[in-house]
Amino acid sequence: MTDTGGAQRWSEGGSFLLLRAGVVVSLLFLLLGFVSILWTPYPATSLDVVSAMQDPSGAHWLGTDQLGRDVLSLMMKGILTSFVVAAVAAAIGALIGVPLGLGAALLGPYTDLAVSGIGAYLTALPAFVVAVLLAILFGPSAATLMVAIGIANIGPFALSTRHAVVTTSGHDYVAAARLAGATGLELARRHMVPLIGQLIVAQAVAQLAFAIIAEAALSFVGLGVQPPAASLGVLLHDAQAFSLAKPLLVVIPGLVILLIVVALNLTSAQLRWTVAADLAPGADRGAA
Amino acid sequence: MALLKVDNLSVSVGGTKLVDDVSFAIGKGQRLALIGEAGSGKSLVIYAILGLLPPAAVVTGTMGFDDQTMPPDEAGRAALRGKRIGVMLDRRARGLAPLRTVRSQLEAALARAAADGDMAARLAELLKDVGLDPAVADLYPDALTAGQQRRILFALAIASKPELLIADDPVADLDLVDRRQILDLILKHCTERGMSLLVASHDLKALAMLSTKVVVLRGGKVVEAGEKQDVFGHPKHEFTRTMLSAGRHRARTLMRTPIGGALLDVRDVSRHYAAGIPLLDRRPPLVAVDGVSFSIRQGESLALVGPSGSGKSTLLRIVAGLERATSGELELEQMVYHGSDLPRALRHLIAFVFPDPARSFNPRHTVGESIAEPLQLEMQKSVDELGARIVEAVNAVGLPADALTRPRREFSTAQLQRLAIARALVTRPRLMVLDDPIAKLDVAARGEVLVLLNRLRADFGLSFLIAAHDLDVVRVVADRVLVMDKGRIIETTTPAQLLEKPQQPLTQQLVAAQLPDVGIVPVF
Repeated sequence: MTDTGGAQRWSEGGSFLLLRAGVVVSLLFLLLGFVSILWTPYPATSLDVVSAMQDPSGAHWLGTDQLGRDVLSLMMKGILTSFVVAAVAAAIGALIGVPLGLGAALLGPYTDLAVSGIGAYLTALPAFVVAVLLAILFGPSAATLMVAIGIANIGPFALSTRHAVVTTSGHDYVAAARLAGATGLELARRHMVPLIGQLIVAQAVAQLAFAIIAEAALSFVGLGVQPPAASLGVLLHDAQAFSLAKPLLVVIPGLVILLIVVALNLTSAQLRWTVAADLAPGADRGAA
Repeated sequence: MALLKVDNLSVSVGGTKLVDDVSFAIGKGQRLALIGEAGSGKSLVIYAILGLLPPAAVVTGTMGFDDQTMPPDEAGRAALRGKRIGVMLDRRARGLAPLRTVRSQLEAALARAAADGDMAARLAELLKDVGLDPAVADLYPDALTAGQQRRILFALAIASKPELLIADDPVADLDLVDRRQILDLILKHCTERGMSLLVASHDLKALAMLSTKVVVLRGGKVVEAGEKQDVFGHPKHEFTRTMLSAGRHRARTLMRTPIGGALLDVRDVSRHYAAGIPLLDRRPPLVAVDGVSFSIRQGESLALVGPSGSGKSTLLRIVAGLERATSGELELEQMVYHGSDLPRALRHLIAFVFPDPARSFNPRHTVGESIAEPLQLEMQKSVDELGARIVEAVNAVGLPADALTRPRREFSTAQLQRLAIARALVTRPRLMVLDDPIAKLDVAARGEVLVLLNRLRADFGLSFLIAAHDLDVVRVVADRVLVMDKGRIIETTTPAQLLEKPQQPLTQQLVAAQLPDVGIVPVF
């Protein structure tokens, strides 16, 4: 039987505790990022060298960095930047990858061969290499970073979309609906979009997590977001020089990245498993 | 002296007792069958004996092998498995590693058994023992037929010449001829070498053939145990009696609709599949259906039999309008079609029942939504009439109307197949196309569904086109039989003639592969 990780079936209702936990934690961080547009405890760009390198206190909850900037404010701005970069990259991947995947599944064997080949190639091509290439051509910036991670996202989106369409459309109940006279849009709306949509959303959330890591890694080595703009990767980069003197400056962005990525991946896996649980033959209660 | 002794075995997972106080003993040369429906705990008993249960399972009770306590630790069990105990667990050939040749897998089994002598000679002998050509040794499992794969699995199990063979459903999902051959093979090895056997299945006839002793399980408990002739001949427990009488499919009901004029004409229909990607692949196309012609009359029931892969399903899917014929044509109500171009106006006349009921219902819809779906073919009718039809269809298959509001997962496989038949009835079709409708069902449910089909045929004046690899279906529901092999119809006959005077070699094989009936009183 398909490994469903013990997930609940969507159709069974139930509490979906893990899914909720993943969604809530992800949204909390996203909210923190959005709040930074309107308000941060201190202006994130104001330098105050006198109060540099402070430990956490009532005034600065997470302390200050080497330039005296409030770490909490920087973190909020950084989370927003990272989410924006990741979301744009995931959107680039989805906008190109999903139609490619649909084409591969629906337009016959030649398209399938071409898309699967390109998809596999793009999946194998690391975002890092693309980022280096684009940084050489256009100079390192948030924009080149988004494009680089976006290109790396196309392959997984195309392949997973193709897989989702092929597995769901092969089911007997879809054939039964065709026999019942359902055609085109009707068939897609009733029987395929709900499951395929959920699988694509699951993939998008997973790609978001990948993009957060990729942003952090590329900005860390200076190929992405450029200071003074803050992102989780830039913060790590800045703190690296003081990692022995002030480990907290490294630990905080690292921990935030970890929490966001775990929450997103948890959400994605739970979404995928609920679909798998639904697609597994439901009535077969016999011993394996 | 008992070779394998199981005392008070219980298995529970998460506080639920799945196997409850099971005891039995197998003496040297004895063959014991565990009988029960899906979920009765047969497989769990076998896994417990082999020490292969997942860590979450709590096992209590004592087990002994050859007068010694069964070693409780994994190392001790592993020393028995594949040496003194042969194991054949697998159902869908997953027991064969796909990336290794048959030779390397058999050699590994022989090495584990510490076989001495020339390895090549031992391997050739092993293949000969299971009736396979030595040439298959260099093939990958993928290249073998289902029957050959099962023989290899058996060869792996007996490579060490074990004293005890443990087999979980050794003939599941095999077609009639392969099933008989595997059963003959197992029996031959047991009797020739005095090997003991522990076998579980819900295939009553297969177990009746293999076993000398029987243990009947239900809900994890032993319902009845004893010598085969006692249990099968004079079952004491009500459950055993029900199961045995259900195993004997009742003959046709007496109500019959008169058979009328031609309903469906199939003329020279073929279906080819491109091998791989067109133009890039030079292999010749696969021919699934090859120039098939036949016709079905009003009220007639036509059965298609043949080994798996003979093209039965493809033909049915073309008739029902799911796939398109590569060449040839079909005619229904003076309208010519080629499969998937079946005009929408005629679609309500043909209904289709899939082999696996669980997969033919959308998991996120209620069964009512699924059953109502075909009614969009008849939107000109009033809502009240269509609603009444849904309720009528569900009642006709013996389920209450409140079943409609429940989702798929709340029904057993047998109930789902009834609901699938209800969905097929809802448009008031003339022709019901059934693709092996009892293949996935338990023994007890099979007879019920066949009886139901006969009743519906009489009540609604239906014609059937029904594919089966089980001749029981043919005996019970068919008026006429077509035998298919490699995409062609090789024999057209009646059930009585098929069973008494089969003409073609394949048909003779099929009939000869039937197992003797088991059960108490034949109901005719």
